[in-house]
Amino acid sequence: MTGNNFAAEFRAVNYTYNKGIAYEKHAVADVSLGIERGRVTGIIGSTGSGKSTLIKMLNGLVKPDDGEVIVDGVNIWDKKVKMRDVRFKVGLVMQYPEYQLFDETVEGDIAFGPRNMGVSEGELHERVVEAAGFSGLDTALLSKSPFDLSGGQKRRAALAGVMAMRPSILVLDEPAAGLDPSGRNEILGRIKSYQRENGNTVVIVSHSMEDVAKYCDRLAVLSEGRLVACDTTENIFTEGEKLQSIGLDVPEITKVADELEKLGVGVGRDVYTVKYAAEKLIEKYALGKGRE
Amino acid sequence: MSKIIKAENVSFAYEGDTPEERVEALKNVSFEIEEGTFTVILGRNGSGKSTLAKLLCMVNLPDSGRLVIDGVDVTRGDVTEDEIYDLRREIGMVFQNPDNQIVATIVEDDVAFGPENLGIEPAEIRRRVDEALSAVGMSEYARHSASRLSGGQKQRVAIAGALAMKRRCIIFDESTAMLDPLGRREVMKSIVRLNREEGITVILITHYMNEASFADRVIVMEDGGVVTEGTPDEVFSRPEEMFAAGLEVPQTTELLWRLRKAGLDVPLGTCTPSECAAIIKDALGKRGDAV
Repeated sequence: MTGNNFAAEFRAVNYTYNKGIAYEKHAVADVSLGIERGRVTGIIGSTGSGKSTLIKMLNGLVKPDDGEVIVDGVNIWDKKVKMRDVRFKVGLVMQYPEYQLFDETVEGDIAFGPRNMGVSEGELHERVVEAAGFSGLDTALLSKSPFDLSGGQKRRAALAGVMAMRPSILVLDEPAAGLDPSGRNEILGRIKSYQRENGNTVVIVSHSMEDVAKYCDRLAVLSEGRLVACDTTENIFTEGEKLQSIGLDVPEITKVADELEKLGVGVGRDVYTVKYAAEKLIEKYALGKGRE
Repeated sequence: MSKIIKAENVSFAYEGDTPEERVEALKNVSFEIEEGTFTVILGRNGSGKSTLAKLLCMVNLPDSGRLVIDGVDVTRGDVTEDEIYDLRREIGMVFQNPDNQIVATIVEDDVAFGPENLGIEPAEIRRRVDEALSAVGMSEYARHSASRLSGGQKQRVAIAGALAMKRRCIIFDESTAMLDPLGRREVMKSIVRLNREEGITVILITHYMNEASFADRVIVMEDGGVVTEGTPDEVFSRPEEMFAAGLEVPQTTELLWRLRKAGLDVPLGTCTPSECAAIIKDALGKRGDAV
């Protein structure tokens, strides 16, 4: 296949949990989806829609029953492919990663990935410091035990552990869950800049419509294991009723834009951030231009 | 109305291994909560919200200051274990992770667990469980396996458990944080209902600003103290203060605030999307634009 610019691709993948017993669940059903290179793709869907199972396929933690998972043009389950190499390329930050810290020191924990990749001991410290800086983790904490950190600091340390491998595809499952608004914006802003400054590919799973609206270029929508839509963020959020019917929603500001349209003072329905809505209104009605 | 909670200069610190590791989580916090009201507590991670919740449930007692719960001063030198034990029955808590608070395999057994431990008559337990499940819209799941419910459904079962114990006050510590949009809507609906219709005092700790618009009163915490309190309208009409405390305001309010800064004469406060649009149209009209 040529012509696409996908960093990763699912081709007709299926996955069933507990196959053959009463609790059988078709978690991922015939999903075909391309993850565009150098973009931030959001994956949204209600609880149990298959989001986490799908992203675990990206680095081979879950093997599809059938179908193919392609990373950088190669089928990761091909006999010639070393899964280690795939995992160095695809950095997966799981939900509540703070529970996965294990080393005696924060530095050891962050260094674990790159050390396994064969990064020299001389370069390791530099990598660790860089990754800690990226995640907003105070380097004074590097010598501490991960268990002495606060919840927010642990989250950052876990993120740093993946960032230290400098993955070209960064995949995060609910990276901002449980954080306060400034913490959310800080972490998501840093992830966005990892994409913007280095051209990396990012995949974010989130339950927050406001967050994906702010940070994602494209959205893939899952419902009951199936892909029901994949498009630009603005196009996805014009389908408010469809999203609500599968347990999702649109950002509150998109609802305001809809109401403004109904009242005849609208600025379009493709509004999904507050900043954009304000700018459009200010421009359309020439607000703030030398009037009392 | 009576005050179910009264805190005067309450402080609490977590002792570390060394003096440097001591963390003063709450510093001279004072506030009052009227019985039957809905209070939302906002604040960034580490601002002391959960510590406060633990004091209100009497998991911990304050180091200093005065805390009066349902008329009983729990910080009194001669307060007895029995008094605290009785008070704990009045105040329940629903936590963040739906998977950490279900104890039985069948939904109705889980809801019955609390009242059974209180030694309630079986017939009365049956009545309470049915009522509680109905109050949170989960009656049809009574005989279902609890492990196979969605996150929002599990949280509603946890709420039913608190209802069946006839709690007069329920504290929700980020109980919607792990839920999807539908789960959040369902749980918020149940919370609002049990406040408005059952008269239960609700204290909701959350990071979702729009959930605060349901409250009678909002308390904003920062660095172990209360920095702002008032009605949602009062608190959100000062977005700069909220931003400074690491918080946000609802998107409707933020839009009005941005337009106001650009010179449009709109009031600040909480509103629904349709109210927000009407306010903007009205202000544009008064401005003399062709609207």
